[in-house]
Amino acid sequence: MASEPDHWRGTEPLRVLAPDGTAVGDIDVGLAPDELRAMLRWMLLARRLDRECIALQRQGELTVYPGFEGQEAAQIGSATALGPEDFVFPTFRELAAALVRGVDPVQYLAYHRGTWHGGPYDPRATRFGPICIPVATQIVHAVGYAMGLALDGTRACSLAYFGDGSTSEGDFHEAANLAGVFSAPAILFCQNNGWAISVPTERQTAGEIFRRAEGYGFPGIRVDGNDVLAVYRTTREAAARAYAGDGPTLIEALTYRIGAHSTADDPGRYRVEDEVAAARAFDPIVRFRSWLESVGHIDGGVLADWEGEIESEVLAIRDGVIAQPAPPVEWMFDHTYADPPAAIAEQRAEVLGG
Amino acid sequence: MVGALNAALRDALREDDRVLVFGEDVGRSGGVFRVTDGLQAEFGDRRVFDTPISEAGIAGAAVGLAFGGWRSVVEMQFDAFSYPALEQIVDHVAKMRERTRGRIDMPITIRMPAFGGIKGKEHHGESPETFYVHTAGLKVVAPSNPGDAYRLLRLAIADPDPVIVLEPKARYWARQDADLTTGGFGIGEGALVRDGDAATVFTYGAMVARCLDAASVLADEGLETRVVDLRSLSPLDTPLIARCVRETGRAVVVHEAPKTLGLGAEVTARIVEEAFEFLEAPVRRVTGYDVPYPPAALEHRYLPSVERIADAVREVVAY
Repeated sequence: MASEPDHWRGTEPLRVLAPDGTAVGDIDVGLAPDELRAMLRWMLLARRLDRECIALQRQGELTVYPGFEGQEAAQIGSATALGPEDFVFPTFRELAAALVRGVDPVQYLAYHRGTWHGGPYDPRATRFGPICIPVATQIVHAVGYAMGLALDGTRACSLAYFGDGSTSEGDFHEAANLAGVFSAPAILFCQNNGWAISVPTERQTAGEIFRRAEGYGFPGIRVDGNDVLAVYRTTREAAARAYAGDGPTLIEALTYRIGAHSTADDPGRYRVEDEVAAARAFDPIVRFRSWLESVGHIDGGVLADWEGEIESEVLAIRDGVIAQPAPPVEWMFDHTYADPPAAIAEQRAEVLGG
Repeated sequence: MVGALNAALRDALREDDRVLVFGEDVGRSGGVFRVTDGLQAEFGDRRVFDTPISEAGIAGAAVGLAFGGWRSVVEMQFDAFSYPALEQIVDHVAKMRERTRGRIDMPITIRMPAFGGIKGKEHHGESPETFYVHTAGLKVVAPSNPGDAYRLLRLAIADPDPVIVLEPKARYWARQDADLTTGGFGIGEGALVRDGDAATVFTYGAMVARCLDAASVLADEGLETRVVDLRSLSPLDTPLIARCVRETGRAVVVHEAPKTLGLGAEVTARIVEEAFEFLEAPVRRVTGYDVPYPPAALEHRYLPSVERIADAVREVVAY
């Protein structure tokens, strides 16, 4: 069997499914067969859409695009575990989580189409924050939002996604400290995918990321991020803790970035192909599908049906993205302030020829 | 002025239960300048609370709270202590409304004791206004007296957009019988604080008092100098600036911040754009120097003095 990616070594992560798809430990995560199937379908759709986005970027239809192949279980397992009132603060690599949370993918991809910064979807309605490029800054937002939930007495939590690179930023530590001090109902969800552009995890941090939580006074859990059931269970438990008023949880989901950091990046400059080939043996989709087949929850017929459906869905999304017009120029001016000062009103009029 | 700011916070907390006050030492201690004194006792530690020392955390938490409909009034303990929070302020506080197509308000007020003149240590006498004025999406105000301080802070808290409130620490102990009601001017409006026809001095913050002192000296020489308190640094009151230059023909801009790309550069540019043909002399700037804010023993040589201000007015009048 292939060896694990380097950054997975050390403390054994929580696992429900072994990389070969056999169950280890308690397999019942509390989901019905329909829900389990739905999770696999999300994973298949997400991967197909991710690959389509990379193709669209190559065709000049999208600006720089950050792929997430290999991280489907980490995103879909965690996003599925959240309740409707919970609020997600994403990075720029959470398209799969956005799909699960009900964000319209065409609106989400407006960001990468270059027609809007945050995506025109409504963050309040979808409970999915705008795409965030500065790393680690959104973790603080999630903690602030969670502090507000606690003040309101709302039984909900926030979840911030971030990568291993974010854990070397000051904002990660400020967010974790605030979360601990205020016992905020927040989940700090790290997708440790091994690389922050060209720098491997061991150059970001000398310790294990999940262990940081202890210093901030709350639990940290290391989970196999390519095991969708383990991610689901871990996130569910963290959410239950948050709902119960027991404060934050740091989850380190070990996964692997199969592709480049973004379409502008050439990973051939810093990592060897053997590493990627070895990591493919830990593919989260193959693992989950293999288990679902082994217990008879799906069969070839269902998978074949899905393939056709997913193909049409992705093509519809693709058409929707391409059909998006450039936004009207007044958009530049319309939302800088609630009530634009005179100087902006004048500049708007100048651009519009008014 | 401390009392006026305290009253503004108290009234805002009373009127709107979504208003929160937090920052370093603002709770039990009441703030190092006592601006938040007694608020925690009155409103409880859920609405008025101390945070860890964490400026990016404070600003970033305010962003997250705004997603939940909270109205945060945060304190950066000193001007230069806001720099660790610059990324949160510039990248998120200022831009979230635009990024979300107006769906998420950022009604965040960031208060900070600003400017020099109190013999403070390094990092306790900065004039950070250019960083914030240059950032689209923010408003920036600087009161010079207790009445304006009350009104500007109430306006800042009520504003759906983020407002940076630069409180001139050298004026914290200034006393004035002030009208603590919410009627009157809005953000974006300057004030003509002394009339005159020889020249107009444009200034703000602690320098307003010094420019008034200079105007008294000049009046003794027969030069009636107009003094404008800009009060709102972003947006600037361009119509008032233009009107005063049209009426006096001569202008001096005074501030503590370093000269290069200080607010004086912007005021001068607007004068040239709006009232060039009325100018009877080049615009003069009296500012701090393009050096780090000096130690206490030298700050009187750095800050614009009554003499430097008066000289600049004499020069533009004699031109």
